[in-house]
Amino acid sequence: MSRLLSIDGISVRYGAIEALHQVSMSVEEGDIVALIGANGAGKSTLLKAIVGQVPLCEGSISFRDEVVSTSEKHRKSLPTHMLARMGIALVPEGRHVFADMTVEENLDMGAFFVRDASLVARKKEEMFDFFPILGARRKQKTRSLSGGEQQMMAIARALMSSPHMLLLDEPGLGLAPLVVQDIFQKIKLINSEDKVTVFLVEQNARMALRSSDRGYCLENGRIVLSDASSALLENDRVRQAYLGE
Amino acid sequence: MATLVQYLQYLLNGITLGSIYALIALGYTMVYGILKFINFAHGDILMVGAYTGLLTYTALLGDSTNPVWMLTAFFIAMLVSMAFCAALGMFIERVAYKPLRSANRLAPLLSAIGVSFILSNGAAWIFGAQSRRFPYPFDDTPIVIAGLSITPHQILTIVVSVVMMVVLTLFVNRTRMGKAMRATSLDQSTSELMGIDVNRIISMTFAIGSALAAVGGILCSFDFRVYASMGTMTGLKAFVAAVIGGIGNIQGAMIGGLLLGVLESIGAPLLGIPSALRDTIAFAALIIILLVRPEGILGKNEREKV
Repeated sequence: MSRLLSIDGISVRYGAIEALHQVSMSVEEGDIVALIGANGAGKSTLLKAIVGQVPLCEGSISFRDEVVSTSEKHRKSLPTHMLARMGIALVPEGRHVFADMTVEENLDMGAFFVRDASLVARKKEEMFDFFPILGARRKQKTRSLSGGEQQMMAIARALMSSPHMLLLDEPGLGLAPLVVQDIFQKIKLINSEDKVTVFLVEQNARMALRSSDRGYCLENGRIVLSDASSALLENDRVRQAYLGE
Repeated sequence: MATLVQYLQYLLNGITLGSIYALIALGYTMVYGILKFINFAHGDILMVGAYTGLLTYTALLGDSTNPVWMLTAFFIAMLVSMAFCAALGMFIERVAYKPLRSANRLAPLLSAIGVSFILSNGAAWIFGAQSRRFPYPFDDTPIVIAGLSITPHQILTIVVSVVMMVVLTLFVNRTRMGKAMRATSLDQSTSELMGIDVNRIISMTFAIGSALAAVGGILCSFDFRVYASMGTMTGLKAFVAAVIGGIGNIQGAMIGGLLLGVLESIGAPLLGIPSALRDTIAFAALIIILLVRPEGILGKNEREKV
């Protein structure tokens, strides 16, 4: 297995507040990697740094052995839309569907930079097979979908461009437990069937660690633990702080 | 008391004027939809469009009085003017607005007012204070049907405006770039995640809006003549139309423009006020809309299902 994403000592500041402090971590190709941590630990900031939506003030990020973001002024960091075109797809927290557009138009946007129309059409049908509820609602405005359906649509939209790596920010947030289970099942399938590497951020630590191969734990902007997910599930610190045992 | 036929006449005149407002209002609303910013230089773009159209038309025409060439030259002049204004709009965005995108909201607004003065004073300096007539590219003898008189330039205005609006609607709803423009106006940071180059979309929005303003500028110069500050009042009215329709909403700008044109045209005789005061009607309509339905006719109050 090769290294797909490598984060090397990055720090991110919002004004005087340091949201991330010298964070280093990596994602191997084909894995599902989970990042757990409390509210405000910096999880979303880390994802935004990966997609180039917040500037780094220290360190660098490499994707497929190429430096894509750096704090150095003289070396250019890639803008978000170029990172998307390289194969990094983020499903943002709160889903951020294009509410005024239909399900199908949302999926079209997910494949914005795919120029082959027949491939886009095929991919869309694939998504409607994988998420049948979206097929049934393809002509509906996305705002009329339930929270769970919107989450599935946001995931389907991200998959439209056949990304190398799928980033998910709190995919279970605000959804009923059964829906969350369903969504995590889909995520595992996406990983095993379509060979998409997954990096997910989740407050629901048990769900995240049970569905992943490796886990990282973020506290106050620092990585404090990293291990195989099965080991983290047995870790006393994780059990006390995140699993409520 | 005016008769029914007279009112129908006012309605027709109102639709003509309103379709011009609609074309110009589209530029305000599209830019607002994406940048949440009112481009106050937009009115002056229509003036530049009118001058470019006029100069190109008279240059092409020369001494010719061939009716076919007159109309052909007019449409070529319109395309040249659209292209020139599209380029100018993109240039202004790049130079005067883009560097201020992360500054506070007042900065680009002030920059736009500055650009507006530069354009209108520049035009006054180049072309002088004297207003010019835009010659009709055809014989403008009104056609009278059942007491209702319609001039060829009114027909031209309505037909050209409708074509522009249909093309824009198809572009925005059917094409990949058009959908990307809608996506960007709905959610900029998510659009980036889809691989959409938001800067390119913004440039394109300015180009389209400015090209439409060029058409509006040419069409309104038949009635209003061409002069350096012609964009000020017409631009302001079109802005009012955009707000009435729901700023940020493309259909809203079209409806708002038509409605404002008709209100202005019918309002004065209906209320029995002198037609010189008809500008007041636009602003009275604005105040009423802001009080009763601040989001405009088709605007929505930003509530979303979470």
